[in-house]
Amino acid sequence: MESLTNRKKIVSDKPMTWVEKLYLPAILKGMMVTLRHMLKRRKTVKYPEEIREFAPVYRGMHVLKRDEQGRENCTACGLCAVACPAEAITMTAAERTKDEKHLYREEKYASVYEINMLRCIFCGLCEEACPKEAIFLTDRLVPTQFERGEFIYGKDKLVESETARIDITKRQFTGKRTHV
Amino acid sequence: MVKVTIDGIDVEVEPGTSILNAARKIGGDAVPPAMCYYSKLPGTGGKCRTCLVEVAAGSAADPRPMPKLVASCSTPVADGMVVNNKTSERVHQNRGGVVEFLLANHPLDCPVCDQAGECHLQDLGYEHGSAKTRYEEDRRTFDPIDIGNKIKLHMNRCILCYRCVFVANQLTDKRVHGVLHRGEHAEISTYIENAIENDFSGNMIDVCPVGALTDKTFRFKSRVWFLKPMEAERNCEKCSGKAVAWMFGGEIYRVTARKDKYGEIEEIDGKTGWLCNDCRFDHKDAKDWNIVGPRVVNRQSVISQGKYVTNIEKPVKRIS
Repeated sequence: MESLTNRKKIVSDKPMTWVEKLYLPAILKGMMVTLRHMLKRRKTVKYPEEIREFAPVYRGMHVLKRDEQGRENCTACGLCAVACPAEAITMTAAERTKDEKHLYREEKYASVYEINMLRCIFCGLCEEACPKEAIFLTDRLVPTQFERGEFIYGKDKLVESETARIDITKRQFTGKRTHV
Repeated sequence: MVKVTIDGIDVEVEPGTSILNAARKIGGDAVPPAMCYYSKLPGTGGKCRTCLVEVAAGSAADPRPMPKLVASCSTPVADGMVVNNKTSERVHQNRGGVVEFLLANHPLDCPVCDQAGECHLQDLGYEHGSAKTRYEEDRRTFDPIDIGNKIKLHMNRCILCYRCVFVANQLTDKRVHGVLHRGEHAEISTYIENAIENDFSGNMIDVCPVGALTDKTFRFKSRVWFLKPMEAERNCEKCSGKAVAWMFGGEIYRVTARKDKYGEIEEIDGKTGWLCNDCRFDHKDAKDWNIVGPRVVNRQSVISQGKYVTNIEKPVKRIS
């Protein structure tokens, strides 16, 4: 049958000539390929010492943001969990008491917020669903672990600390929902 | 019997039926939304104006159109009446205006509100509202108050539909709450924070079309779309004992009455299935209930998300 791709090669077993039997031209030809690659720029980096710049749209580990006054933005509305195609997010809500007003922005907050990083596919639908600009994906990587349980990230790992804020402006435009 | 045409569909109804009920007889897109009218509570309706329809011909005897849009919940049909609801651009536009007024003082705190996902104002806003508000003044604000130890009142979210007042008037022998003040200042109140203690007061939660009256025993426990509505029954001396248990795993998070597709409590054995407070608030143990099976949820509803079982387990009864 005629080949559809036109890449078919007919195999032949005709005997080698005297020059071919020397093998030297073939070896030289191969060495040329090696030499050419030695002169080229290396394409890999030595990862832990050298970190390649991330694309501005990179979606890595999540962060739960605080507002300017240091209060947690998340109000445990559950829209990230309902949007999540991998069902990686779970949360438990709690009511804010009067003396917790400096900790949480709304009258309801997430007392437990967990993302299973093994389930997460880093699609970014959670940040798209979030009405409070609380969850964002950042350019940080989720480190490897030895135990599966260590991949379930709670609020201790997700909420940014008040002193070391996490910059998400590279790929996110914030403030678009503040008028609501 | 009189014949009316709603959105081009003919229907024959008893004389004296409202346009809204005639439309509900047809069903589907012909039915106008209703925020204050509640067919199980006589006297309700005529307050929210969301059910406005266009009457293109008053009757066979006098086929002139009505000049203004009319509230379909309180306008009786006439023989040969021609009504436009979904097919009228004017109705859609005016309903959008009504929604804007309803939302003028609404706090839009859906991420916090327990009603989110089964809120009629959300549905209405989704269909008719705009993404932005033109209202620049401060919204009126109230502190949430407890009325009794089981019901929370968020006056911010109230649209003053008066349904809860009618529940108290018609279901209980002594009403202790009502609407105080007028106009902009009107609010549902118990007057000097009187507790509402009545066996059927919990039904105020079910009739509330928004999140103004919510269940304190379910407050912030979960979101409705994470729960699975199951038909449940128990022997109750006070009420029918037929309810919907909203479950998460083997746990009952909250109990509500069975509601039909208009958000109204279903009839059970010819009577409206009002639920008593014992069933609603005090029996959250799955052992107290006989769980019959999953309730059929509209595929378009957010409550149906993530519930893969509904196709496998046979539903008990099909609504609609």
